[in-house]
Amino acid sequence: MAAIETFIGHYNYVITIVLMVAGLYIVVARSNMVKKLIGLSIFQTSVYLLYLTPAKILGGTAPIVDPKFTLYSNPLPHVLILTAIVVGVGTLALGLALVVRINEAFGTIDDDEIPLRGADE
Amino acid sequence: MMSVSSHLPVLQVVIPLLGGVLAALLRRGSLAFALTLAVSWIMPVISGLMLYQVIEGGPISYALGSWPPPWGIEYRVDLLNGFVLMLVSTIGAVTVPFAARSVALEIDARQQAWFYCMYLMCLTGLLGVTITGDAFNAFVFLEISSLSTYVLIALGRNRRALVAAFRYLIMGTIGATFYVIGVGFLYLLTGSLNMVDIAARLAVAPPEQARAMVAGLAFLTVGISLKLALFPLHSWLPGAYAYAPSWATVFLSATATKVAIYLLIRFLFSVFGVALDFRDLPIPEIFLVLSIAAMFIASIIAIYQSDLKRMLAYSSLAQIGYIMLGIGIANHAALTGSLVHLVNHAAMKAALFLAVGAIFYRVGSVRLDDLAGIGRKMPWTTSAALIAGLGLIGTPGTAGFISKWYLAVGALERGWWPLVFLLVASSLVSVVYVGRVIEVACFRPTADRLAEAKDPPLSMLLPLLVLAAATVYFGIDTRWSVGIAADAAAYLLGGLR
Repeated sequence: MAAIETFIGHYNYVITIVLMVAGLYIVVARSNMVKKLIGLSIFQTSVYLLYLTPAKILGGTAPIVDPKFTLYSNPLPHVLILTAIVVGVGTLALGLALVVRINEAFGTIDDDEIPLRGADE
Repeated sequence: MMSVSSHLPVLQVVIPLLGGVLAALLRRGSLAFALTLAVSWIMPVISGLMLYQVIEGGPISYALGSWPPPWGIEYRVDLLNGFVLMLVSTIGAVTVPFAARSVALEIDARQQAWFYCMYLMCLTGLLGVTITGDAFNAFVFLEISSLSTYVLIALGRNRRALVAAFRYLIMGTIGATFYVIGVGFLYLLTGSLNMVDIAARLAVAPPEQARAMVAGLAFLTVGISLKLALFPLHSWLPGAYAYAPSWATVFLSATATKVAIYLLIRFLFSVFGVALDFRDLPIPEIFLVLSIAAMFIASIIAIYQSDLKRMLAYSSLAQIGYIMLGIGIANHAALTGSLVHLVNHAAMKAALFLAVGAIFYRVGSVRLDDLAGIGRKMPWTTSAALIAGLGLIGTPGTAGFISKWYLAVGALERGWWPLVFLLVASSLVSVVYVGRVIEVACFRPTADRLAEAKDPPLSMLLPLLVLAAATVYFGIDTRWSVGIAADAAAYLLGGLR
């Protein structure tokens, strides 16, 4: 019983772990470059959840200063995650641009089909 | 009148940032190069002034936007910081003249201004990671430098540069995200993102928080190790260095991994230092095993490379192994050796990649088989490369010897004789690949395609000669390199034991 209560009480963290591992698995196991980027995005999303979950203080109200309230939720992790989301979007955009160019240059977006060694030029 | 000197920390980052934006607006490559030259030459002035201030008066603390730490972001320059800042800005300034002709040759005319923009962004990111005292701010700058690095690499001539950049993007982003997870754990434990504040709070953390602290440390270490290409997280590096444009490789090989090593040292010794008893966790042992593996395996693989840039990339992996060895031994002499090897390896590796870039400029190939007898045609280039190669081996009289000396002294102080033997043995392995290059370059009859080769123009030759001279200078007069490194190491270890 206590185990189930802990599980439900930490539901967000369980989802975080599932997303984290799923994202990493996709990056490792899939050779299609677009799928790798999707896995990377899922992995980064799990980190956002990791930051945001503890930001909600139990019994805290929205973080707008008001003389009636003394306990507020923490807005700082939300600000940090906004930054991280922007970084993630930039990375995804750059990755997709590279995939477009790779497709033009090699005719494929399958990572396994492109050896990085061997005959050059 | 507002004094500029009080705002040096933020200027160190803002000037290249604005320079990068301006370079993107300039359409002509030559104008963008002039801007890059100006910005790159201002950087060491700022770093030097700050380092002088730190040596005379202690660490500088700069509150961004006048919001006081720990709530505001703090830029904090102490001996370790100032040392690495000086390294990054000096390497940038010394090697930038080389870029004029090298970039004009290798990068398409419409993309040259963008290339310089990306270089300045990379410089911003690297300087920002080094100077910031805020853990999350370090992530932002780390990603600024990484994203611009991916673009720099992707602009290489060979189409495989795109794939190398993509693979580096995947691995680098995983590393950065692991870093963010680690910082997240630290934030949840302490409620602060300021490195000094986190260190103070971790030192008094109750024992039930030990597991979270170790988890945060683990994520941080793995994430940063991906960025510094510690074996076995190194697979992005050979492709990235081999296919990037020549000057991009020069700059990246000398600075990108060094800044990641700085970040790891900062977290291990300054942030976690007092709180973590290294005797309980196998951190030194892990670093020792991995660095010895890197030293040997990378050197052996380097012997079998036919492409000069790939050979030097594997050599870089081995040298990173030396630096991590010093961190694994973790006493004053070994840490001094690691810190001084940051500077020494940067000078030597930049000199070697400059030589390779100059050879490519004249000959059009960097395959060892095509370069038979090049020593007779390009004597200055080959001599400078030879001096840097001797430095890699660790010949007495060159900078490489100084670093390895301190590493060996550190190992002996612990009583670990086998480590000294391994250090010498891996240096002997590097004799093989450096010797292979010398044999092809100097002792074979000159190949036909080298008939018109001669030494590169002065703008490319001068940085190379300066760095080769630095390799010898830092092997003989070590007041600046070892002097500052030893003080920084003492300062770092002061919080640990």
